[in-house]
Amino acid sequence: MLRASNLREHDMTSPGDLELNRRDLMVAAAATAAVASAPSGAGAQPAAAAAVRAPSKATVSMMVNGEARRLVDLDTRTTLLDALRESLQMPGTKKGCDHGQCGACTVIVDGRRINSCLSLAVMHEGESVTTIEGLGTPDNLHAMQAAFVKHDGYQCGYCTPGQICSAVAVLDEIKAGVPSHVTADLTAASYDPTADEIRERMSGNICRCGAYSNIVDAMSEVAGRRA
Amino acid sequence: MKAFSFSRASTPAEAAASAQRIEGAKFVAGGTNLLDLMKLEIETPTHLIDVSKLKLDTIEATAEGGLRIGAMVRNTDLAADARVRKDYALLSRALLAGASGQLRNKATTAGNLLQRTRCPYFYDTNQPCNKRSPGSGCSAIGGFTRMLGVVGVSDACIATNPSDMAIAMRALDAVVETVSPEGATRAIPIAELHRLPGDTPHIETVLTPGELITAVTLPKPVGGKHVYRKVRDRASYAFALISVGAIVQPDGSGRVAVGGVAPKPWRVEAAEKEMVRGAKAVTDGLFAGANPTHENAFKLTLVQRTLDAVLTEARG
Repeated sequence: MLRASNLREHDMTSPGDLELNRRDLMVAAAATAAVASAPSGAGAQPAAAAAVRAPSKATVSMMVNGEARRLVDLDTRTTLLDALRESLQMPGTKKGCDHGQCGACTVIVDGRRINSCLSLAVMHEGESVTTIEGLGTPDNLHAMQAAFVKHDGYQCGYCTPGQICSAVAVLDEIKAGVPSHVTADLTAASYDPTADEIRERMSGNICRCGAYSNIVDAMSEVAGRRA
Repeated sequence: MKAFSFSRASTPAEAAASAQRIEGAKFVAGGTNLLDLMKLEIETPTHLIDVSKLKLDTIEATAEGGLRIGAMVRNTDLAADARVRKDYALLSRALLAGASGQLRNKATTAGNLLQRTRCPYFYDTNQPCNKRSPGSGCSAIGGFTRMLGVVGVSDACIATNPSDMAIAMRALDAVVETVSPEGATRAIPIAELHRLPGDTPHIETVLTPGELITAVTLPKPVGGKHVYRKVRDRASYAFALISVGAIVQPDGSGRVAVGGVAPKPWRVEAAEKEMVRGAKAVTDGLFAGANPTHENAFKLTLVQRTLDAVLTEARG
């Protein structure tokens, strides 16, 4: 720790002076790891400003598709998307743009659809995540999955898991009375799942194959069935 | 993404104190903007303080007849709140015009106010940018400027504030409540929250290091017809070229704030006094001293015509 604090001091004087040997780096890494286990303690000054920062690890517990899952030694940088795909080996959720622009990574967390690429796994401690794998199975499709098949709501299929997770949550949002940009009367008690409403609410899910009209058909059918 | 350590705050004051104590720390709430910027290494916090679980996620009536919106209230919940829809429709409309359903489900009230610009040169780490790297220069000036600012800009930065919500908050005279690392609270009128760039475009708000937004309050409803019109390159899920948020009273007076044109929500109280005389009179006042480029001068005309349409709709 003494070496680490010397390093910090040195570090603050001038980054240009910084000459690290391998041993100094290892000591700095150990200090950072210690910080991670007691982040609000007095030693929480990260030894970091140098080019190399040691990864910080955490443990996260969450429900995934109804099962309790525990992720240990998880790099704090891990997004929910990467935790699902890489750590939990559930590749159903897709990585498209990885910047919240395409919607391929959409999952449902505590009943709400979110972009799993723009969310850190460590921020979902104790929460409940539903992915495409949790909606239905090949033998027992969710109504929305069956409707996508029936109406040909995909071509290459890459955006489809995100489209379906989003579609399921959109119908729940309409049911719950959440208005949208195209809702004419904000004070109405309920909204019809019209094609315009579906298109607007699904705008965060991009389909490069252009299956949009078939997706609207699939969602309209499920919405009609529910009503 | 650069490595960072992570902690969860248990109270707002503790979060603020930690943020000041830990060099390079940042708050994270929805994370929809911050994570994007961290992946690009535009933001490189050494430590993240998770404030999303602080009990700041309720909307309560104030003694003055207004609303106090917790800093962690999600954009979806704020837009859907029955009181907001009825008395502050401009706010609902502005929120619903922004981002996507997925993003609104995560993004918070405070985070929305503090989101960074969408200037393409700020995002391109190969280019100089005074906001990202103070003193390095501005690549936008002389570059592609169609999306960029026309008023309130400086020789150091012509970036715009991309928030839709903030336009409505500005027109509604919202007040931002904060707590400092020392535990002191203060109230900042929304008009004073964002700074103009001048020669320090990297300093975007008047918040001091560690200061945490805890709530946004709205004064009692002002009535009138609320209209938010956003003009963009596609009909949904795109940032504004320009947007106009207006509250128009039966006598033709009202308020107007404009987005997509300036480094902060753009409202000029003296200009909106001209509302009874029509869109041109208001727009002339809004853009007095404007400094557009040849690529974005169209925004001045576009605001005038959009405001004209908004006034027609409001009086219809």
